[in-house]
Amino acid sequence: MTPRWKSWLIGGLVIAVLGAAIYFPVLRRRVKRAARLQQQSEEQARRELTQPMVINPGDPRVKTKLFWASDTIDSTLVPVTAELPLSNDPVVRSKQVLNTLLAGPVDAELRTLPPDALLLAFYLLPDGTAIADFSEALATSIPSGIVSEQLAVNSITRTLEANVPQVQRLKILIHGQEVETLAGHLDLTGTFVVNTQPAQPPAADKVPAPAPGTLTPDKVPGKLAQPDRKP
Amino acid sequence: MGLLSVALFSALMVFLSQAPSPAQQPAPTPPLASPSLPSRPEGVSGSASPFGAPTQQAGLNVVVLDPAHGGTDPGARGTGGIRESEIVLDFVIQVRRALELQGFQVVQTRQGNENPSFDDRSATANAQRGAVFVTLHISSTGLPGTVRVYVNSDLPPVADSNGLIPWDRAQAPFLGLSRTFGDLVQGLLAQRFKGSPETVETASVRQLRTTAAPAIAVEISSVTVEDRADLDRMAPGVADAIARGAATFKPSYVIPSSPKALP
Repeated sequence: MTPRWKSWLIGGLVIAVLGAAIYFPVLRRRVKRAARLQQQSEEQARRELTQPMVINPGDPRVKTKLFWASDTIDSTLVPVTAELPLSNDPVVRSKQVLNTLLAGPVDAELRTLPPDALLLAFYLLPDGTAIADFSEALATSIPSGIVSEQLAVNSITRTLEANVPQVQRLKILIHGQEVETLAGHLDLTGTFVVNTQPAQPPAADKVPAPAPGTLTPDKVPGKLAQPDRKP
Repeated sequence: MGLLSVALFSALMVFLSQAPSPAQQPAPTPPLASPSLPSRPEGVSGSASPFGAPTQQAGLNVVVLDPAHGGTDPGARGTGGIRESEIVLDFVIQVRRALELQGFQVVQTRQGNENPSFDDRSATANAQRGAVFVTLHISSTGLPGTVRVYVNSDLPPVADSNGLIPWDRAQAPFLGLSRTFGDLVQGLLAQRFKGSPETVETASVRQLRTTAAPAIAVEISSVTVEDRADLDRMAPGVADAIARGAATFKPSYVIPSSPKALP
């Protein structure tokens, strides 16, 4: 090879290296931006899929019992009655009551479920086994401890028991997966009993003259724990 | 391989102890096994069968203490760096002392900051014969200064198959005894800690499900205390209640004379 061709070759290589050195950071920024957009698209798609079940005003309004923490007795559930339009379809009805439960009571201190938890999916098998798939926040944001985890699960099961008689037992998944515990204590590998009686269609318990958002706490406390708290 | 040898040894023990007895009698307890039994392999359902050569001692003599969490799992966390995994270890020291004063031998599922799996902790208890199991927790919520005792929720019954118990439902034959033990301890705790329940509660506690022994979970409220000393002050009362509860429970726990007989 003549010295002239050699210098052309070396010059070309140097230009290529310089070009790569200049272009590489630009390429890297483009790749990062594309990944971010893709993540946002996936996140947006997930949020669209998990949009809370819209309450259909056309559905008959029924007295709905929702179980949240008591403000007078430690670690106990109390039923709160709300007048909500609920579907007669048990799956839709379950989603409606669970999303209302997730939305939480007026007093945030009485929450049993984390505010950022979402119901991703709900299925009902012919044998009465329900599968509720929650987002990871249900497991990661809930206070760790037997009492808080039990309270959370009980609020879900008792709310379903009171409003969806077709649900006999409940299996809880976290982001589509079976997990060993909710937050380190409560066993999620099995199912939780919801209704022990054979399923009957929900009674048409219609309520006239809607008063939107009316919540009336019942006086009878839930039966989770033996109350022994002095005021 | 290890599981196979355990199963073969169990079958040999069952064969050698073919002396049918219509009534249960207090049996000599086997020598206290170190927690060296292989834990259940992941994804494999096996059997948990207590085994070991009988000794001259009879009745309940061993308490397995389980300080929950550990290692990379600190459990509940409070302000000021309070970690459940550290506090329960301190509690266990006092509980151990109180139990030894009552004449019990104590085995711990962890001594330091390691984090054995749920099955490993159960295996420690299941390796003993005639033991009870107490797992200690500190909650994130609940009325501070109270203590709750839990036993496992009802499990499907176990069909008698020559004393072999499915690992994933090992607690099933012991639920009644667990409730008795739990009620005793909870009653004593209620006397010491105002606001605590009078009787034991049920919950689907993972750690209890695979334990083949009377088993309770004791949860102290809570890590949200501003001063850790408030929790430390509870330790002697908790320790005394557990030790006295175990001592009171001891006559109730009739240990089957042969490995194949369930309680």
